[in-house]
Amino acid sequence: MRKILVTLKRVVDYNVRVRVKPDGSGVAVEGLKMSVNPFDEIALEEALRMRERGEAGEILAVTIGGDECQQQLRTGLAMGADRALLVKCEGEVEPLAAAGILLEVIRREEPDIVIMGKQAIDDDCNQTGQMLATLWGRPQATFASEVKLNGDTARVTREVDAGLETLEVRLPAVITTDLRLNEPRYIKLPDIMKARRKPLETLEADDMGLTAPPALKALAYEPPEQRQKGVVVEDVPALMGMLRERGFLN
Amino acid sequence: MSAVLIVAEHDGQTLHTGVARVASCGLAIGADRLDVAVLGRDCGDVAQQAAQIEGVSRVLCLDRGENANPLAAVQAPQIAALAGIGYSHVLGPSTTFGKDLMPRVAALLGVPQVSDIMSVEGERRFKRPIYAGNAVLTVEAPAEHIVVGTARLASWPAAAEGGEAAIEEAQTDAELPDHTSWLELKSAESERPDLQSASVVVSGGRALGSSENFSLLYDLADRLGAAVGASRAAVDAGYVSNDMQVGQTGKIIAPDLYFAIGISGAIQHLTGIKDAGVIVAINKDPEAPIFEIADIGLVGDLFAIVPEIQAAVEGS
Repeated sequence: MRKILVTLKRVVDYNVRVRVKPDGSGVAVEGLKMSVNPFDEIALEEALRMRERGEAGEILAVTIGGDECQQQLRTGLAMGADRALLVKCEGEVEPLAAAGILLEVIRREEPDIVIMGKQAIDDDCNQTGQMLATLWGRPQATFASEVKLNGDTARVTREVDAGLETLEVRLPAVITTDLRLNEPRYIKLPDIMKARRKPLETLEADDMGLTAPPALKALAYEPPEQRQKGVVVEDVPALMGMLRERGFLN
Repeated sequence: MSAVLIVAEHDGQTLHTGVARVASCGLAIGADRLDVAVLGRDCGDVAQQAAQIEGVSRVLCLDRGENANPLAAVQAPQIAALAGIGYSHVLGPSTTFGKDLMPRVAALLGVPQVSDIMSVEGERRFKRPIYAGNAVLTVEAPAEHIVVGTARLASWPAAAEGGEAAIEEAQTDAELPDHTSWLELKSAESERPDLQSASVVVSGGRALGSSENFSLLYDLADRLGAAVGASRAAVDAGYVSNDMQVGQTGKIIAPDLYFAIGISGAIQHLTGIKDAGVIVAINKDPEAPIFEIADIGLVGDLFAIVPEIQAAVEGS
């Protein structure tokens, strides 16, 4: 039976609007509501549906970060993951470093499919899945809107700018999720209780013997330039007049 | 001294308009050499188009059967091999093509990637948006390593035409995997301009109410020579197809003129249009957030206003 590894990243909840600290040293996240990255929830939901269709066996949820990330792993367990693994690591973990750590986890766990969100809604990098697939020497199918498993292949429909593209990849492979792949389930109270008894293992990234890859240096944070509020016109003739004044529709 | 390699996106016949925008980003880095790599099969026409971008030094054609369709796993080893012959930067567009491919190139080269470059502050220093555009981060790529990045197209003007770069056949001995097969691309057939390069865009939101009602916008767009877009709410409601979505999770665009019709203006939509020239908002709710960033707002019923605009445009 196929084993699936899903990654869950702890991020500021998507409903919360973050602000840059006045001194430009970072984004103020202290005390904000934290959640599982929404694209990662979609990844876990897809794995759960595969298991429910009898296409997958064990589902392992993995994250990298501090002890506080156990909260997001418990959410994953409550959604239905069988086990969870926290790789403890201090400070910012860039996509290339995360991919290196996840590759070590893959070597231990030997999953058939890795499903990840296409990007995390904090750094918006959209890199880790592709980098992991590369380091692993395996195929990737990014921005998935439909996944069909068949033996040792997956047929994945991808949301690309030009429309919908379909690839066939040999397993094991990395799949990253787009918004329309599925709608994640809500967690019920009994599931939260049950999740407390599921295994949550912890590993130290420092014990993995990895060399830190070259990294970007964050120099400054600033708020985006704001567009100025314009004018409200009374009617269509006034609108047309203003557009013509600005050189449009002539 | 910078030597920049740009990865060309194309469909086999036509060069993506974003490549000229990535070229602007490359020139901003101060490239002494700006080469474009075209991977494809029988892609002479595409190479010709790339050679006409002002500022391009050379076009490198990697013409082989395996490149018939754009597969990241197949293209990345070739790009990484090319990059190793004296380039300081490798850039791609921040489109689904570039987002799929460039991290693979970066991983092969063992370097981090700078995603969505919106401005160049130095040879290795860039600004990029984070938190759905709610913050802008300045990053510095590590010294003595090749820089891999994607350019946020809406932040860059297209480099002019009129160049006459040399076109050369290039080869690499990169080993190409066969674990990924390309099956098909389904595109919504449209005679209208491409959403990402159109100078005028007419977008509709949930207030349109149905896919039939979107015909109002198609009619107006055809009269204006505009592309048609949609908010995520309209896409999720099934009124239009996914590839029309404008916003953080859809397409980020910068037309000269943008009509937001029946769109309330969720932050994720605003992120996709904030580089537009003039934004016109039409909404019946005067409190809608779209009016906070619109240059010209008109409060009222879109089903009355849009036909009136249509008539005014036709009458002129």
